[in-house]
Amino acid sequence: MADDKEREGTELVIAEFHKKIKDAFEVFDHEANNTVDVREIGTIIRSLGCCPSEGELHDLIVEVEEEEPTGYIRFEKFLPVMTKVLLEKRYRPIPEDILLRAFEVLDPSKRGFLTKEELIKYMTEEGEPFSQEEMEEMLSAAIDPESNSIRYKDYIAMMVVDDG
Amino acid sequence: VQSPISIYYHLTFHAEFASFKAAALIQRWYRRYMARLETRRCCTWRIFQSIEYAGQQDHVKLHDFFSYLVDHFTPNSNHESEYDDYESIEVPDNYTGPRLSFPLLPNHATALVEAFRLKQQLHARYVLNLLHETRKHLVQLPNINRVSTCYSEEITVCGDLHGQLDDLIFIFHKNGLPSPERAYVFNGDFVDRGKESVEILMILFAFMLVYPKEFRLNRGNHEDHMVNLRYGLTKEVMHKYKTHGKKILKILQDVFCWLHLATLVDEKVLILHGGVSDMPDLELLAKLDRHKVLTTEVVSCEREGRAGSCPGAGSAPWAPPPGLPRGHRASRSSSIPCSCGPPWGPGAGRCRQQAGPPRAGRRGFRKETISWSFQVVDILWSDPMAQEGCKANTVRGGGCYFGPSVTEQLLQKYNLQFLIRSHERKPEGYEFCHRRKVLTIFSASNYYEVGSNRGAYVKLGPALTPYIVQYQANKETHRLTMRQRISRVEESALRSLWEKLFASSLDLLGEFKKHDADKTGLITLSAWAEAVESVLHLGLPWRMLKPQLVNSSTDNTLEYKSWLEDLAKEQLSRENIQSSLLETLYRNRPNLEAIFRITDSDHSGFISLDEFRQTWKLFSSHMNIDITDDCICDLARSIDLNRDGHIDINEFLEAFRIVEQSSTEGDTSDCPQATNTDNSGCSKPSKR
Repeated sequence: MADDKEREGTELVIAEFHKKIKDAFEVFDHEANNTVDVREIGTIIRSLGCCPSEGELHDLIVEVEEEEPTGYIRFEKFLPVMTKVLLEKRYRPIPEDILLRAFEVLDPSKRGFLTKEELIKYMTEEGEPFSQEEMEEMLSAAIDPESNSIRYKDYIAMMVVDDG
Repeated sequence: VQSPISIYYHLTFHAEFASFKAAALIQRWYRRYMARLETRRCCTWRIFQSIEYAGQQDHVKLHDFFSYLVDHFTPNSNHESEYDDYESIEVPDNYTGPRLSFPLLPNHATALVEAFRLKQQLHARYVLNLLHETRKHLVQLPNINRVSTCYSEEITVCGDLHGQLDDLIFIFHKNGLPSPERAYVFNGDFVDRGKESVEILMILFAFMLVYPKEFRLNRGNHEDHMVNLRYGLTKEVMHKYKTHGKKILKILQDVFCWLHLATLVDEKVLILHGGVSDMPDLELLAKLDRHKVLTTEVVSCEREGRAGSCPGAGSAPWAPPPGLPRGHRASRSSSIPCSCGPPWGPGAGRCRQQAGPPRAGRRGFRKETISWSFQVVDILWSDPMAQEGCKANTVRGGGCYFGPSVTEQLLQKYNLQFLIRSHERKPEGYEFCHRRKVLTIFSASNYYEVGSNRGAYVKLGPALTPYIVQYQANKETHRLTMRQRISRVEESALRSLWEKLFASSLDLLGEFKKHDADKTGLITLSAWAEAVESVLHLGLPWRMLKPQLVNSSTDNTLEYKSWLEDLAKEQLSRENIQSSLLETLYRNRPNLEAIFRITDSDHSGFISLDEFRQTWKLFSSHMNIDITDDCICDLARSIDLNRDGHIDINEFLEAFRIVEQSSTEGDTSDCPQATNTDNSGCSKPSKR
C-alpha cells in the first residue's frame, strides 16, 4: 500500500517535471519543431534551477546530442536526461554563504573588495575562464566606477535579490 | 621529514588550487544567473510576439467584414482631380519648417533629415508636391529593380523601419548619407506602429528623387492603405495634417502601389520584403501590373480555398477599391480552416506547421487571372521556416511558409546566390537561415521597448559578401546593464499580458471552476497553467512565467477568485464600470478603431448616423449578435449626445460596449466585480 502511494507520488512528481521541462524547452524552440540550438541547452538547464559547471554541462550535452551532432538537440532526447537530473537533484545552486567564502579566498587580506584588474585576472585566467563578452557583462554590473573595484558582499546581496 | 622547500611548494599549490576552485565557483554561479536573465528575456520576447500575432488573428477573423466594407467603400463625392491642386495651398509666412522646390537637390533631402531631427513638420503643400513627384517617378520604373555594384561600390540594404525615425537617422549617421557612391535599398515596412512614419516617407522619397539610380524602395506589406488603417499611418497622417490629411492619404495609397516589388543586385542577390512561394515566377512578377494590387490585405485573407475573386485589384488608378468585375463578389466565409482547431489552440507554436494543406494541392482552385496577385501576396507576406516544403502562412493570414528546398529551387532557377528579406523582427536585428541562403534584416531597434532588440543593416560590395552592422538607436540603452534592460522590457510585456488576462476574466473563472470540482476555491498551479492556456491560446510557457504572474503561491495552490480580483484591481482605472464591459472594450478596441476609420470614408473623424447604422448592421450579422433594427436606431440616436447627427470615435466605441452588455447580461453574476445583475435582457443604453 505504502509502496503504491509512493510510486503514485513519484509519478506525479515526474509528470510535473515533464511539464516544467517542456515549458522551459519551448521558450527556446524558435521554430516550434521540438528542437533547440545546442548552444541554448546550458541556458535551459540553468533556468530549471540547476547550476552545473561548464564541464558538467559539456557531459550533459554529450548525453543529449545525436550520434552525429547536428547542432540541434531534440526534445525527445532531452526530456529523460533532464528528468533524471531533476529527480536526482543534481547541480544544486550555490548558497550565498559559500559564494561569499569564494570571494574571500580571492581576497586573502580581507579588504572587502577586489580591484577590477584582480577580478579580470581571476575570471579570465582561472577556473573555467570567462569569454570577453561574459567578462564585460559582469564588469558593467559589478564594478563601482568610482573606486574601480567590486565590493563583493554588496554585489552578492544585489544579485541575489534580483534572482527571485 | 619533509624539506622546507617541499612544504612551501605544498602550501602554495593548495593556495593556488583554492583560488582556482573559488574562481570556478563564482563563474558557475554567475553563468547560472545570466542564464536566468536570458530566459526571462526570451519569455518576454515570446509574450510580445504572441500578443502581436494574436492581435493579427483577431483581425483575420473579421476579414470578410472588411472586404464587404471595401466593396461598399464609396469615394468622396467631390472627386479630387487627378493632378491635385496643391499649388493653390498657401504656405504661411510664419512657417519655419523646411521648404522644397522641384527638381529636388541633394541639399533639400539632407535639410529634410535635419529638420525632422529637430522635430519640425513639413507643410502639407510640400508633402503633396513631393508625393506627386514621387508618383511620377515611380510610374516609369519596373516591378523588379536592377542594381549593379559596378556603379556604386557598395550597397546598403535596410529592413523594416516601422515609423522609427531615430533608427533611420542613426543609419545615415553611422553609414553615411546616400550618394552616387553609396547606394541604398530600403526593403519595405517604412510605416505603421512608430510615430514618425510620415517623416520617414518624406526622407525616403526625397532621396529617391535626388538619387534615382542609387536609392531604391521595395514595397512591404505595410505599404498598403488597408493595413495603415489598422496599424497607425492613417491616424498619424490625419493627426498631423488635419486639413489636407485625406488628400495626402489618397495619393499615398497610389504611391504605395507603384513601389518596386523586388530588387536584384548584380543579377545575383534578390531583395524582397517577405519571401517566396514554391512556384516563384520572376518573369511573371516582372510583367504583371503591380499597380493593380491596391491592397494585399484583403486578398491575403481570401485565399483560403475560395476561388473566383480578386478583391483589392482595381482597373484604373483612381477607381474605388471595389474595382471588381461584375459577378466577382468576395465570398463571406468567416473562418480560416486550420486542421488542429482554432488558430491559437493548445501548443500554438505547433499549429503553425500543421495548419492548412500543403500549398501545391491548392493550385487547381486558382484561376489564371488572379494567380498573379497571389504572387505579390507571397512576396510581401511569406516567412521562411526550417522544415522542408511550403505551406500556407495562417499566422499572418497570407503568403506562405517556405522551406530550404524552396529557396534552393529559386536560387537555382534564376542563378542567384542568396535572398535578402525582412518582415520579421529578430532580437539581433538579423538572422541567417536555410544554410545562409536567406538573410532576414530588420532595422527597427527597440521595436517593442527600449532594450528589446537590436536593429541591423547589411552592406554588399562587388564580391556580394554580406557585411552586417548592428545597432540600438537609443543613448540610454548603452548605459543600462543587462539586468536593468530586461526589467524595463519585461515590465512592458507583463503589462500587456495582464491586460489580456484581465480581458478574459470571465472565461478564466469558468475554466478555473472546472478544475475545482470540490468547490474549495483553490486550484493547483499546474491547473492554473492549463486553464490560462486554454483560454488565451497564446502558446506561452506559463510555468516559466508563473513567478511574475502569481503572487506567493503557498504550497502549490492558488485561490483563484482573489487572484482574479487582484487582476481587476490592477486594471480598473474608472469607477462604475462593470468589468465585463471593460473586458470587451479591451478585447475589441484595435478592430473597432479600424472599423471606425473605414466607415469614416472622408476621414473627417466623424461618421453620420446613417453610416453608423449600416456599419453596425453588418458587424452584428457577421459576429452573430442578435439585435433589431429599432434597437440599432435607438442606439445610434442615444450615442449622438450633442444631437448633431454625427458620432465620433469615442461614442462609437461606447456603442459596442453597451450592446455587448445587453447580449452577455446573463453571465455577469459570477464575475468578481459585477455590480448590478440586471438580467432583463436587452437593456436600454444608459443616458449620460
